[in-house]
Amino acid sequence: MIVFRVAGACRALALSSVVFVLAACGANPSSDEAGVPAAQRWNIPELRFTADGRPHPDILAERQVLHRGNGSQPQGLDPHLTEGVPDSNVQRELFEGLVGAGPDVSLQPGVAQRWDINEDGTRYVFHLRRDAKWSNGEPMTSADWVYSFRRVLDPATGSKYAMILSPIVNARQIMASELPKEELGVAALDDYTLEIRLNAPAPYFLELLTHNTAYPVHRASVEKHGDAYGRAGNLVGNGAYVLDELVMQSHIRLVRNPHFYDNANTIIDEVYFYPIEDQAAELKRYRANELDMTYEVPNAQFDWIAANLKEELVVAPYFGTYYFGFNTSRPPLDDARVREALTLAIDRDIITDKLTRFGEIPTYSFTPPGVPGYDYDAVRPEWADWTQAQRNERARQLMAEAGYGADNPLPLEIRYNTHQNHKKISLGIASMWKKELGVRATLINEEFRVFLANRRQRTLTQVIRMGWIGDYLDPTNYLDLNHSQNAQNDVAYDNPRYDALLEEAALIADPVLRMQTLQEAERMMLADYPIAPIYTYVSKRLVKPYVRGWQSNASDHHRTRYMYILKH
Amino acid sequence: MLARYLFQRLLAAIPTLFILLTLAFFMIRLAPGGPFDGDKALPAEIQANLDAKYHLDEPLPKQYLRYLGMILKGDLGPSFQYREYTVGELIGQGFPISLKLGMSALALALLLGIPIGSIAAWRQNTRTDYLLMGAAMTGIAIPNFVLAPLLVLFFAIYMGWLPAGGWNDGALPNMILPVVALALPYMAYVARLTRGSMVETLRSDYIRTARAKGLPEWKVLAKHALKPALLPVVSYLGPAAAAIITGSVVIEQIFGLPGMGRYFVQGALNRDYTLVMGVVIFIGVLIVVFNLIVDLLYALLDPRIRY
Repeated sequence: MIVFRVAGACRALALSSVVFVLAACGANPSSDEAGVPAAQRWNIPELRFTADGRPHPDILAERQVLHRGNGSQPQGLDPHLTEGVPDSNVQRELFEGLVGAGPDVSLQPGVAQRWDINEDGTRYVFHLRRDAKWSNGEPMTSADWVYSFRRVLDPATGSKYAMILSPIVNARQIMASELPKEELGVAALDDYTLEIRLNAPAPYFLELLTHNTAYPVHRASVEKHGDAYGRAGNLVGNGAYVLDELVMQSHIRLVRNPHFYDNANTIIDEVYFYPIEDQAAELKRYRANELDMTYEVPNAQFDWIAANLKEELVVAPYFGTYYFGFNTSRPPLDDARVREALTLAIDRDIITDKLTRFGEIPTYSFTPPGVPGYDYDAVRPEWADWTQAQRNERARQLMAEAGYGADNPLPLEIRYNTHQNHKKISLGIASMWKKELGVRATLINEEFRVFLANRRQRTLTQVIRMGWIGDYLDPTNYLDLNHSQNAQNDVAYDNPRYDALLEEAALIADPVLRMQTLQEAERMMLADYPIAPIYTYVSKRLVKPYVRGWQSNASDHHRTRYMYILKH
Repeated sequence: MLARYLFQRLLAAIPTLFILLTLAFFMIRLAPGGPFDGDKALPAEIQANLDAKYHLDEPLPKQYLRYLGMILKGDLGPSFQYREYTVGELIGQGFPISLKLGMSALALALLLGIPIGSIAAWRQNTRTDYLLMGAAMTGIAIPNFVLAPLLVLFFAIYMGWLPAGGWNDGALPNMILPVVALALPYMAYVARLTRGSMVETLRSDYIRTARAKGLPEWKVLAKHALKPALLPVVSYLGPAAAAIITGSVVIEQIFGLPGMGRYFVQGALNRDYTLVMGVVIFIGVLIVVFNLIVDLLYALLDPRIRY
């Protein structure tokens, strides 16, 4: 996903060096710390639950309407056409995939009630709910799924995220127009049984099915409205909410979907998403009680927020890595010693403690924390346990070996796209490199698309600011980026052994062996220093204490259908 | 005569708009990157299909001619960024809001700016004059991205009287802060312009005559001096009206208003070629129209001008 954004999990939080205690996972409003001026006091009832674990009606507010800040204006709401985080936040309410996710994003049955996977992990059979309906009341059958998956991969659709479905048999060939879309490995065995065949085992496949690209679309509506399917009035979905109104640049209003199979358990009746790009403006609307949840918080106001809204601030690790890339195809960065020296001389603690400040976590691996079964210690380089002084010492040695020093300082260009944070961090790193290694760095900031174009061409760049937020919790999400044939390999990393390991891992059915192979690949890649991982992103937002039912998670997905509003 | 004048003026605007369109078309395409670039690299086939769908795979001159043809038919094309909408729809939705906002702000600026300027001129070089003009200078000097958040902080957060943002179909409470924030710099400028020309006018012979006739001072001011003194203000109105309607990007961002101003900036950043072009042409036409209105107003105010 494309963002400089963030969210997370409680357990990961405990591991991290978060600077201040967060009101945390589930926001606890009642702990009034002495000396902290509460901006506003809420009179919230004590939590009580019914026998089946639902919030007791007595504690719920009469009006169940939620107002959420949502970053920029979504490009659209057709789940197959868009790529932004704000877009998918809304789509997650309007649609549901075969596989669903709980408040903590753990996988659970979605439209498929259960599924069987064959022994080598390449054939999935989904048994669909018979009570699943479209939001117009029509029944949903496996034919809807066949149609939807084919539509995503059909090059004529122009789906920017079609790659997500590439593990399915023939998906790549269909995307490349080599095979007709009817050849896709998705088949309706009967009205309520769907078979999906994969090229090779992909343990993360079920999670992929929770991605918006794997949502179903309503055939008759798509055929009638084409590209305008996602507009209010045209959109027929299958999620907990339906699109009631969309005013560009103003708001999106969703109302409860009476045809949703779990509608009886949905508590919030109406939810508004507001596109507010300006974080300072968003904060003000939150303070004026026009928003219940923000999308972000302004970095520059950290001190004020920490002092005044500490209990409403929720920070959690996000499945994303902020890093610097080295264009390995051009001197002086074609010299691995130089890349290693530069990587070692970055003092990550200073960056997270003094510059970013919201609890970002210094990192030494490319794959961010959060992948179950992945051994991060096996990937962690040896120098990660050294002190910064030791790292600097080693870095100076390496630079001297490469022929740079006080009499021959290394000139270097750091490129980043125009943004306050990138500027701060680039300046910080440039000064660390200057102080420790005598590097004379020039900072170049570029407008985003110019920056992207330059990065992709690899003929102009040296050091580049990069960031990546994974679409699903699997290392390949990251490691594939540095495959020599990947179009996004902006650092021009080219190691045949690394490529071979990734290709090998893609065919391994045994999950343990697969992770081990990926660990080996990542360790090998990190030791070549094409990138310098800096920190793990965090999600950070303000949430009113009366909004409950959500949980921090590494994907930063918060479905409104699980939330409820307390009396306040 | 008037009809003929109007016709001539509009005819003369065509080459201007044509040059504007041509320059904008090639300049936005010179910018590196394309509308479908993102952090995530697109598979070649999908990129090719998107390009073909929007005719971006054709040679530039051909695209240009295609675009000219579309414009002649009044079609601004589909937005690349918001694929569910056409550029015409986006402008059609945003313009009425920008218009309402801009015109309200302009009305407020004139309603307060002209009296302030007149009083300052009338009391030239007195404490009143200095006070009013000092305030006007401050108004011009404080950019609205500073002023607007302060207004929100005070009226929406501390006092809780007005909403901090949102459009709400143009309800009055939602309009007040953005209109005031938008109007203040213009009001200050109008006040200065009015004062300047009023000071000139008050020195002219016919004002002396009017006073000599024994007319009461308010009549001298309101009836004789004001009309000619307003000429510079009126000529400022044309560009100001166009700027206030299209250039309220900052105010739209801060208050979360769904006007058309943002499309200009977003369109350029996203390389949404058709959206940028649509907005450029629309603004071009708007400026032509407003300048024309100003010229007509001149004739009303200045008896020496006739068309």
